[in-house]
Amino acid sequence: MTILADAAADAGPPTSPPAQRRGRLPGCVRIGLLLTPALTVVGVFFAGGVAQAIAQSFGYQPSLPGARISTDAYTALWSDPAVRASLLLTGRVAVVSTVLSAVLGVAAALTLRRLGRSRAWVTGVFQANLAVPHLVGALCMLLLLSQGGLLSRLTHAVGLTASPTAFPAVTNDRFGWSIIAEYVWKETPFLTVIVLATLSRGLQDLETAARSLGASRSQRLRHVTLPILTPALAAGSVLVFAFAAGSYEVPYLLGRPYPATLPVVALQYYNATDLTSRPEAMAVAVLITVTSSAIVAAYLTILARLSRRAL
Amino acid sequence: MTATVLLAGVLLPLLPLLIWAFSGQWRYPAVLPQHASARGLRLLSDPRSQIPQALLTSTAIAVAVAAGACLIGFPAGRAIGLYRFRGRRLVQFLLLAPVIVPGLAVTLGLQVFFIRYGLADTLTGVVLVQLMPSVPYAATVLAGAFANYDLAYERQARALGAGPLRVMMFVTVPLLRPALLVSALFAFLISWSEYVLTLLIGGGQTTTLPLLLFAAISSSDTTAAAALALLFIAPPLLLVAAASHVLSAGTGAVIGFGRL
Repeated sequence: MTILADAAADAGPPTSPPAQRRGRLPGCVRIGLLLTPALTVVGVFFAGGVAQAIAQSFGYQPSLPGARISTDAYTALWSDPAVRASLLLTGRVAVVSTVLSAVLGVAAALTLRRLGRSRAWVTGVFQANLAVPHLVGALCMLLLLSQGGLLSRLTHAVGLTASPTAFPAVTNDRFGWSIIAEYVWKETPFLTVIVLATLSRGLQDLETAARSLGASRSQRLRHVTLPILTPALAAGSVLVFAFAAGSYEVPYLLGRPYPATLPVVALQYYNATDLTSRPEAMAVAVLITVTSSAIVAAYLTILARLSRRAL
Repeated sequence: MTATVLLAGVLLPLLPLLIWAFSGQWRYPAVLPQHASARGLRLLSDPRSQIPQALLTSTAIAVAVAAGACLIGFPAGRAIGLYRFRGRRLVQFLLLAPVIVPGLAVTLGLQVFFIRYGLADTLTGVVLVQLMPSVPYAATVLAGAFANYDLAYERQARALGAGPLRVMMFVTVPLLRPALLVSALFAFLISWSEYVLTLLIGGGQTTTLPLLLFAAISSSDTTAAAALALLFIAPPLLLVAAASHVLSAGTGAVIGFGRL
């Protein structure tokens, strides 16, 4: 999903298919053939999985004869306190993580741009962080933030806390602090690199022009710099939000079984021993899918706007 | 000064991980371990720890997924990048959906199919299910590359008498090498760090490194978990470093990191 490449793909001049030669396939057949393998993978797996989840959420169970079609799972979902708590937690974690990552990402990008000699390798460290899998990030947060972790030991060393329990419980807590910390640590460099890519294109000239027209530093930031990086930042933030709301490992390892985020709840119900909770697990999966599909549509809209900007 | 703050923010969380991996005993409230030890590192090559086997399995799956994603994504990228056709937006939406919609939600429904066709609990099944997030990514990256691609080179080659296969081998693929590398790299990384899909479709039969690491984090042996985590991040770090010249070319391909 390369924002820039995608924008280029949309902004490029409409290319007509190469001139028809005798014996060549007509254009639409060629395009169909080219798309077939990828659409098969997406169609069979993605659409198939979604269709199956929807069917099972309405009570269709191939393994259980005599199951009746009903909307029970959705009614149960609506009144289930675990799901309500989960919606609240998932929304909170995703919103807070995305906002913090976006703010810190922009700040880091603007700072990096002004760095002198150290710029290249600080950027390199940021890129290296992108390659660290979230599982490792979760372990890092446990070793850093838990009550027996490094930070707790440091506060003990300087005399702020007398015992592990005196250190605030931010891992496996009800609020989800360490889940947020993990996402922010991983996603800030991601948004920084995206913003940097946008800033590197012709911004200098615009800023110089604004400056010579008498714009102050804060005016330049508000009316020149931020508007230019907004589309790419918005598209990147959509991805961060979707990931923060939909990932399983991080909230499982850093959170609690209750309240848990939606993906964790879905797997809890899916693995439950009584088969009647299967439809409700699928209903949670459908809820996640519908919400994130809306996010995809939002993302595409942002991209379409981005590609209309001539920069 | 500002550079130091930025670096500290990125590197500080990795510090306890590094110390734990080489420590024998590290009791609260000590800020440094009581004594160092190579026990964690020895575990990595110990056959009883299942780690050598999992390393092999993870690598094999990731290589297969990278190859598959490039092969399947290439023609799709060509169609989207080179042509304007009715339904192009819909195709783009379909290819974007698996990247953003959490794999967990879709795979819960998919498991029934995989069980029915005997693909559950097999390596093949795991590779197939991991194509779901990686093919769309490869197709989108390659579509971006094809959008800036000049068909005149191909026409020239054909006019000089090259057949379709030779045009593909000596014109198209060489011109698109950077995009192909980036696609392969990200498909590999997506596969390498995938946990939930492997758990659901592999059914515990397919043991990859993320599954072992997940179990190690939940256990009480912090030294073992930290050492395994170091082994787990080494290949991605090396690959990203090796491909940094392609990545920093402002291709925007870094978007793929949103999934890792």
